[in-house]
This record gives sequence, C-alpha cells and structure tokens, in this order.
Amino acid sequence: MSTDQVIHLEKVNKWYDDFHVLKDIDLIVNKGQKIVICGPSGSGKSTMIRCINRLEAHQKGTIVVHGTELTNDLKNIDLIRKNVGMVFQQFNLFPHLSVLDNISLAPIWVKKMPKNEAEDIAMSYLEKVKIPEQAQKFPGQLSGGQQQRVAIARSLAMNPDIMLFDEPTSALDPEMIKEVLDVMIQLAEEGMTMLVVTHEMGFAKTVADQMIFMDEGRIVEQASPDEFFNNPKSDRTKLFLSQILNH
Amino acid sequence: MSSTTIQIISRSKYYNWLVKNLFSSWVNTILTVIALIFVYQVGSFFLNWAIFDADFRYNFQGELIIDRGFCSKNIMPGEYGACWAIIFARWNQFMYGLYPIEEAWRVNLIYALLPLAIIGILFDKIPFRRYFIYFTFIFPFLAYFMLYGGPGLSVVGTNKWGGLLVTLFLGVTGIGLAFPLSILLALGRRSKMPIIKSLCVVFIEFIRGVPLITLLFTANVMLPLFLPDGVNPDNLLRALVAVTLFQSAYMAEAIRGGLQAIPRGQVEAAQSLGLSYWQTTRKIVLPQALKIAIPPIVNTCIGLFKDTSLVLIIGLFDLLGIGRAALADMTWTKLYYEVYVFISLVFFIFCFGMSRYSLYLEKKLKTDNS
Ligand SMILES: Nc1ncnc2c1ncn2[C@@H]1O[C@H](COP(=O)(O)OP(=O)(O)OP(=O)(O)O)[C@@H](O)[C@H]1O
Ligand SMILES: [Mg+2]
Repeated sequence: MSTDQVIHLEKVNKWYDDFHVLKDIDLIVNKGQKIVICGPSGSGKSTMIRCINRLEAHQKGTIVVHGTELTNDLKNIDLIRKNVGMVFQQFNLFPHLSVLDNISLAPIWVKKMPKNEAEDIAMSYLEKVKIPEQAQKFPGQLSGGQQQRVAIARSLAMNPDIMLFDEPTSALDPEMIKEVLDVMIQLAEEGMTMLVVTHEMGFAKTVADQMIFMDEGRIVEQASPDEFFNNPKSDRTKLFLSQILNH
Repeated sequence: MSSTTIQIISRSKYYNWLVKNLFSSWVNTILTVIALIFVYQVGSFFLNWAIFDADFRYNFQGELIIDRGFCSKNIMPGEYGACWAIIFARWNQFMYGLYPIEEAWRVNLIYALLPLAIIGILFDKIPFRRYFIYFTFIFPFLAYFMLYGGPGLSVVGTNKWGGLLVTLFLGVTGIGLAFPLSILLALGRRSKMPIIKSLCVVFIEFIRGVPLITLLFTANVMLPLFLPDGVNPDNLLRALVAVTLFQSAYMAEAIRGGLQAIPRGQVEAAQSLGLSYWQTTRKIVLPQALKIAIPPIVNTCIGLFKDTSLVLIIGLFDLLGIGRAALADMTWTKLYYEVYVFISLVFFIFCFGMSRYSLYLEKKLKTDNS
C-alpha cells in the first residue's frame, strides 16, 4: 500500500460483555484526509475513534497507526498517543490548572520540554485558536466555545499528525458552534489528518473528503460528500439524512 | 452626629436580629427563656467550679498546695470547687512523661517547630510556602534526632516518653505515615490489576472490620514474630504500626471517595495526550481528588487522634495514661474531675482545631468551585 496510509483498521470487532459494538470495521485513512463520521446515537462512532488511540481496546482485528500496531504493548500505545490528538464532546479540560498549564502540561511531562519553551508553544497555539488573552484564567471561567478551543490547542501543542474529534460542538450553545468549527476548518486547510464525528453537515460539506455513515456497529456507507449527500445508496443513510437535514 | 446615627442603626439591627431569631413567637420566646436559664445554670455552675471557687497553686489560706489535703475543698467540704494543683504538680509528666527534665527543652523545641512543619500543608496561600514544605520533609528526621537522641545528644528511650508527647507522636506520625500509604491503597483498590486490587480490598476491609484495641494487642504480641530474632521493637513503635495501619485504611476510603468524584473524561484526556498512568495520577487525578477528600480525611484524623488514648491498654502512658497514673498516686488520689476535665480540654483543643480547619476547607472548596 502507499506510504501515505496513516490509519488502517482491518476487520475490527469489539464487544462490551455480550454486546457487539463494532462489527468488522474496515477503514483506511490517508495522510491529510478529512473523514466525517455520522450515524444514529449508539451506532458505535465514539467507540470506533476511541479505539484508534486505545481509549478503548478492540478484541478482534488489527488497528495500525503510522505502521505501529495497537496491541497491549504499552510502548506502542504511548507512541501512538503522542501522534494522535483527541478532542472530546465535554472538553475535559483540567479544572485545577490554568489555561496555559492545561496546554503546556503534556509538552513538559511527555516530551520533557523545558517549561518556558512549552509555555511559548502553548501561547502560540492559544493565538491560533484566537484566545491568547485567556491564558491565565481557569477553565471554569471560560465559555463553552472558549473551553473547546483551549482543548483543541491543548491537543495541538503535542504536535500530533492525526486529530480525532468526538462531537466537538454538540455540547455547545448554537452561537458558539461557529467559533469552534472555524478553528477546525483552518486546521483542515493546513493539511491535518482529521477524523471527525459530527452532525454538523455544513461543516462536513465544506471540509470532508470522505463521509462515513455508521449504524449498529457497522460502516454502512462510505463515499465522497458529493455522492453521500446527493446520491446515498443505502436506505438507512437516506432515512438518517432526511432526519437530520430536515431537523 | 454621624456616630450616634451609626449607633442607633447598629443597635436597631441588633434588636431586629433578636426579635426575628429569638422572640418571633410565643413558643420561640418560651424556648429561648428556658434555654437561657439552662445555659446560665450549667455555665455558672461550671465556671464557679472551674475558676471562681477553684484552687490553682494556692489554697484559700494562701498555702502552696502540695497534696490533696491542702485543697480548699478538702479543708472546707462543699464550699470550694476544683483543685487544679494536681495539674501543676504533674505538669511535666503530662507534657513529657518520664522524659528527663533537664532534656525537656528538646521536646519543647519540637512542640514549637511542629506548627511550622504542618502549616505549609494546611494552607496553600501562605508566603514562602515552598520553604515550609521543605521543612515539613526535614522535620521527621529532626524530630527523631531531637527526641530520641544521637550523636551529641543523650539517648532517651521511648519507654521514657509519655503524656502529650506520646499522644502527639502517635497522632502526628500515624497520620503522616498513613497518608502516603492510604493513597496507594485507594489507588490500588481502583486498580485494574486483580491481585493488587484484591490485596487492597482485603487489607482495607480487614482493618476496618477490627477494633483498634485488637490491632494494638495484635501488634504488641505478633509484631516480634514477623521480625528476625534480636530485633525487638519497643512498645511505642508497635503501637505506631497499629495506629498507622488503622488510620491508612480509613483514610484510603476517604480518598477513594475523592477519586470516584473525578469524571472519567479527565483520565481519558490525560491519556490521549500521552501521559502515563503515574503522570495522570500525580498531575490530574490526585490534586483534584485530594481536594475533595480533605474534609473527610480530617474527620478520620480527629477520630484517630482521640483513639490514640487506647494505647494505655498496652502499657503506654499517653495523656490519659499519665492522668490515671496521677490519680493512682496516694498524694493526689480522688481528684478525678480535675484530671479528666484537663485531659478532655487538651484533646478538645486539638480536635476542635482540626474540625474548624475542615469547615474552613469546605467553605473554601465551595468558593473555589464557583
Ligand atoms: N463502557 C461501556 N459499557 C457498555 N456499553 C457501552 C459502553 N460504552 C458504550 N457502550 C454502548 O456501545 C454502543 C455504542 O456507543 P458509542 O458511544 O460508540 O455510540 P455513538 O455512536 O458514539 O453514540 P452517540 O451519538 O450517542 O455518541 C452504545 O449502545 C452504548 O450504549
Ligand atoms: Mg458518541
């Protein structure tokens, strides 16, 4: 395969006890690709992307990220986590640390970077997400949109080459969604490899190279946005699209 | 003019408060009056007994009290209150036990430095906190050297230690050693590794299921069996082991409560950034969990501090042990009230201090989080 291939899932299966969450998932992501994943609640979208940085373990099949296979080997997991950033629906900022410390924490402790260098990097990413003036505040003092932008900056500060987003705007008030999506669009334009679980179809149309529709633990449809929105093949995709587009 | 206005305003404020809270209805008024009478009766009785009608060092005839026969209340029964002379006469024993009195300055020095050693842990916004924390870590070695002795200082065996010294030694050292142990136990109890997890669960539940007295007896009798021949730890050390294990189990449960309150997303975010288990624990989980757990931790400390008095059962003379020894002395016998009130007062001062600290923290937690 081409060396551009950065993520490769092959026949991935996962169970929660008896419950079969992921069923034979096959997925290839190339460098710089933007993939938007959608599907009904409980279809396994979060679980799938959380398997990619091993927040969840799969039981069958293989997941290879940057040529490293995810197994129980902690060294591989660490290696992959250093290169894969993740943004959560609930932001998950560290409430006891200032914004600056939230961002510089991982560079200091994981990359063993000197503190002032890490803080310079933190500031540069805060500027990138357009809130440098909030550096000294604590997460509790920020709006949801600002918190999510800090969370994005925190991930970027580790200089990952893949970013995973799990419904980054679903916990936000409508007026704050745009400021977060704008940051993500900018990131996409800079060539970041992105996997985004979202129901923001406007964003998907602007940014995605590939659309993925999941249902009941399977990838039901994978297509270019054009195909996906104008000419979906499966009935379940059609139903889903009609529900969220009319919503 | 303005000052009289302020006076009137503040007086009417005071008056309003009284009316609203104490005399708002007939029932309330009656309850207030009954409560006031009760407080007055009990309070005046106690104050008369403890202070106004009491002997301190001299009796009503101005004589220095050297045995119970000199107490005013024993000369004129029914007329006089407490005879605190026993506390003065036994003061050194209450403070140091049988510690040689010419060496007592060593204990006093440690008493004086103890607040400096803990202030850095208790308050996070004091100036030079970093240096106080350094001192906290040096203090145990300093205290060991000063109290026990070593090069340049004569050795004072722990069999000579007693009174407040033993009470504070067991309380402070027990809590200090139990703290790191309890963190490990609490983390272990939530570990995904089944062997570590079950070891911690069994340990915690076993200790919590057994009275401290039993542990003290067990440590006293069994500890030598586990140690190589010739190593014969003294009684105080055995008690310390029991107290530490006991406290660590309770503290671990308090800390576990704090750990449970940390959302899973915190750990996931740290992991996704590449932090290791120990980095995540140290930098993300524990700072948040301990902050929540400190009030319940302090409550377990209050309990432990009082429970140290149980060591008198294995032959150690803590504050209570010294008090009972004083009462067994024929020259002072029968002054029960004085001795027990005094001991209660000492325990109360420490426990009340801890309790206020816990309240202060709870308030601070609330304002920090808003
Ligand atoms: N820790 C868990 N234990 C058991 N079942 C779980 C666990 N986490 C998720 N599940 C189940 O797995 C299924 C897939 O969950 P997942 O979170 O991946 O769905 P999703 O597609 O992200 O849904 P949503 O849009 O609601 O976020 C759901 O039915 C969920 O109830
Ligand atoms: Mg989800």
